[in-house]
Amino acid sequence: MSVPAFRLEGSGYAYDARHAVLAPYTLELGATETVAILGPSGGGKSTLLRLLAGLLPGHPSPLTGQVAWMAQQDLLLPWLSLLENVLLGARLRGTAAEEARARDLLGRLGLADRADALPATLSGGMRQRAALARTLMENRPLVLMDEPFSALDAITRATMQDLACDLLADRAVLLVTHDPVEACRLADRIFILGGQPATLQQGAILSGPKPRDPLDPAMLPVLRGIHAALKQVAAT
Amino acid sequence: MTFALRPLLTLLGLLVLWHAIVWLFALPPYILPAPHRVAIALIDNAGLLLQEASVTVTEMLLGLLFGTLLGASAAIGLLFSATARRWLLPLFVASQAVPVFALAPLLVLWLGFGMASKIMMAVLVIFFPVAMTLYDGLRRTETGWLDLARVMTADAPQHRLRILRHIRLMAALPAFASGVKIAAAVAPIGAVIGEWVGASAGLGFRMLQANARVQTDLMFAALIILALCAVALYAGVDMVTRRLLRWQPDSHASFNIRP
Repeated sequence: MSVPAFRLEGSGYAYDARHAVLAPYTLELGATETVAILGPSGGGKSTLLRLLAGLLPGHPSPLTGQVAWMAQQDLLLPWLSLLENVLLGARLRGTAAEEARARDLLGRLGLADRADALPATLSGGMRQRAALARTLMENRPLVLMDEPFSALDAITRATMQDLACDLLADRAVLLVTHDPVEACRLADRIFILGGQPATLQQGAILSGPKPRDPLDPAMLPVLRGIHAALKQVAAT
Repeated sequence: MTFALRPLLTLLGLLVLWHAIVWLFALPPYILPAPHRVAIALIDNAGLLLQEASVTVTEMLLGLLFGTLLGASAAIGLLFSATARRWLLPLFVASQAVPVFALAPLLVLWLGFGMASKIMMAVLVIFFPVAMTLYDGLRRTETGWLDLARVMTADAPQHRLRILRHIRLMAALPAFASGVKIAAAVAPIGAVIGEWVGASAGLGFRMLQANARVQTDLMFAALIILALCAVALYAGVDMVTRRLLRWQPDSHASFNIRP
C-alpha cells in the first residue's frame, strides 16, 4: 500500500453504556484502494459504515463531504427520471446540474437510452446501475458501499461487480459485504469485523488485476482462510 | 359495455325506480315530486339555481383552498417542531371531537351571514384530514432516501429545506392526495351546514327556503345541482392528484404503472 489517503479512526459506538457494538478502530485506505469488510450479520459492519458516513445521530464524521454512499437498495426516487436521479446531489445542494456528465455516466453504464425513464419501469439490475451512476456523479474521493449488490441475482451481480471495479478504480472504496467471493473479486485488502464489541481484524491481502476470477485456483486458499476467520468470529 | 354507458344506465334505472315509487304509493308532489316535476322546476329556476350554485361553489373552493393551505402548514410545523407536536397535536384531535354543527351558529354570529362563516365552516372540516394525512406522509419518508440526502449535502443546515421540498414533500404526496380527496368530499358539507344555519344566498339557503314554502320540487332541483357540484369538485381534485402522482404505481388499476 502506498501512502494512506484516509486514516479512519474512531472510538467505537455503543447504543448505551452496556451495549458496545463497535470497539475503537483504526483503518487506513490508499487513494485508489478497495477495502472489503466481511462479517456476520448484525456484527457491526453497517454501524461502522454509517459512523463513517456521519449517519449516526450525535456522531459527526470527519469525512463528511468527502464520501459518496451506495446502499443495498437503489434508493432511486420514484418520481424522478434516471437522469434526474443521477443529478439528485446537485438538486439537493442547489448547485448547477452537470447534465452532460450525468448523461455520459449513464451511457457508460449502458443506460443512455433510459435517461428519461422512471425507475419503476426498469429491472433491478438497471436500477442498481443507475444508483452506481448517481454515486459516481458525486465525484467524492471515498465511496462507502453497504452490500450494494446483495439483492441482485448471480449473473447481474457479477456484471455489476465488473462495472463497479472498472468505474471506481481511481478512488478509495470501503465495501461492506457478506459475500467472501465478492470481497475476493474486488478488494485489495479484506478485513473481518465481528465479536462483542466488534473489532476489525486483517483477513487477507490480495494482489493482481481486478476484478479477479473467483474460479482461479489461486483464490481457493484465500477463500478458505476467510471462511476459517469468519467461523472463528461467529463462534465468539 | 362501454365506459360512458354504465353511469347513464344507472341513472336511468334510478329515475325509473323513483317514478315507480311515486306512482305506486300515490305520493303527493309536496312529499316526493316525480322526476319530471323536478326537471321542470330545474328548468324554470335555472337562472336562480345557477346563481345560488355559484355562491356555494365559491364557498367550497375557497374553503378547500384555505383549509388545504392551513392543514399543510400545520403538518409541516408539526414535522419540524417538537413543541408544536406536544402542544398542538392534542388540540387538533380534540377540536375534531366538537361537532361542526354545534359551531355553526357561533361562526354565523361572529362572521355574519355572508360567505366568510361558510368558508370558515368548510376550513374547519377540511383542515384536519389534510393536516393529519400530510403529517403521516411526511413522517414516513423512506429512511434510506434521507440517509442518501444527508451524505450528499454533508448534513448542512442550509440544504434541509431542499431535502424537505425534493424528498420529504414529494414522498408524502400520495398521503397528501388522499387527504385532499377526503377534503373535497367534505367541503360541500361544511359549506351547506353554514348556509343552513344562517345565510342570504347559496344552494343550502335556497333548499331551506323552498322547504319552508313546500316547494319540494325546487328543493330536489337544488339538491341535484349541489350533488353535481360536489361530484365535479371531487372529480377535479382526483384528476389533478392523479396527474401529479403519475409516477406512483397503481396496483389496483393495473399491474403496470400508468402510461
